[in-house]
Amino acid sequence: MMELFTITLPISGVPINVLLLVLLGVAVGVLGGFFGMGGAWMVTPALNIFGFPMPFAVGTDLCHMAGKSIISTRRHAKFGNVDAKLGLTMLLFDVVGIEIGARLVMHLERFGLAGPVIRWVYVVFLFLIGSLVFFDYFKKRAMEKRGGSGGGEEASGIRWHETLHKISLPPIVSFPVAGVRCSMWLPAGVGLMVGVLAGFLGIGGGLLMMPALVYLIGCPTYVAVGTDLFTVMIAGFYGAFTYGMKGRIELLAVIIMLLGAAPGAQVGTIATKYIRGYGIRLMFGLTVACAMVSVVLKQLKLSEAASWMVMTAVSAMTLVVIVGMVKGAARELRAKRGLA
Amino acid sequence: MKRLRTLGPTVCGVLMFLAPMATWAAGSEKQGKLVHVADTRNLAGFNLYIANLYNTNRLLFTLEAVLLTALMGLMLGLLMDWIVGLIGLDLSKREGKE
Repeated sequence: MMELFTITLPISGVPINVLLLVLLGVAVGVLGGFFGMGGAWMVTPALNIFGFPMPFAVGTDLCHMAGKSIISTRRHAKFGNVDAKLGLTMLLFDVVGIEIGARLVMHLERFGLAGPVIRWVYVVFLFLIGSLVFFDYFKKRAMEKRGGSGGGEEASGIRWHETLHKISLPPIVSFPVAGVRCSMWLPAGVGLMVGVLAGFLGIGGGLLMMPALVYLIGCPTYVAVGTDLFTVMIAGFYGAFTYGMKGRIELLAVIIMLLGAAPGAQVGTIATKYIRGYGIRLMFGLTVACAMVSVVLKQLKLSEAASWMVMTAVSAMTLVVIVGMVKGAARELRAKRGLA
Repeated sequence: MKRLRTLGPTVCGVLMFLAPMATWAAGSEKQGKLVHVADTRNLAGFNLYIANLYNTNRLLFTLEAVLLTALMGLMLGLLMDWIVGLIGLDLSKREGKE
């Protein structure tokens, strides 16, 4: 029965199940819109597990992410979550970084090392990001228990941005939507660093940009999510162009995934209206931990276990977000009916 | 907390040290093709068009891929906006709570 939906992709020649691609699109749309990222950190290993060679997985991923991010960014902009000035400042340097990262991948491919090296760098960064998010979450909870300044509109339990804002290298600029005033070189440096890693790992940068915006720049979670998606969208298009020129995009897979990602992105973005910022951060940390374990399993040649890990984690998180969105929407509609 | 501060960097350090070693121990993957050519023998319609374009004009293929992706993103976004609007949710504002 499933063979009915199996097609051979025209460029890479990889046989793939269409339903699997659509479901991956839906899940990545929901989680991407919710966490403020392209979702490439899920798609790249998933496509690689489905049989795409790593450089094709990376290129296809970046192209799909660009299209999907348009949908989520439009929605976040309507919520007032996008600081375009901050996004563009970071993006200028992000793009330079992506090109450096992409060239590194092509260099590694010549030695046949692209797959394992990319996977291990992934693991290290997923570990670091996951640890940071959990540490921040539990620190915030401890502060709340002590009745400290952890509650309310405080952006973060970890407050590295306060130290970084002391950098007084001119020009000093204000980013009103994010409520941040700092040296322009702070977002520029963070953008470059995120870009190099994003181009190397084949991700739009959302996975790195979201925590960077919160912990290094000092954005509230919602503005980080929206601004992040804005930069991911533009970086994704640049990534799609450069990987397209290198011949590593499977266009048919991009189109199929986008059909699933469109409704998913709406659900994920609307869910941020009903779930608190720290709830988003905790779920983000859990998803990162699952992704890390799956990549380790893949590297240990336990591809089937890795595949199950990705699918189970992504499905469970997607379900949680959909339930959160439906519950919140039902509450809002009930309240509206009560007022009428 | 003090133990955590010591343990965190230690674990990171060990991981950073082990990762490259494990990579080399796992051996390299099969070397990818530097110049990839799409096999058009069994293709037809859109797939054949895309594969031919990929083989003959990489710049046009790239531009079409980027433009098609952008167009699909915009059209699907508008369609989804319309569908969500029908449900009656207020999508113009959100209460920001951390």
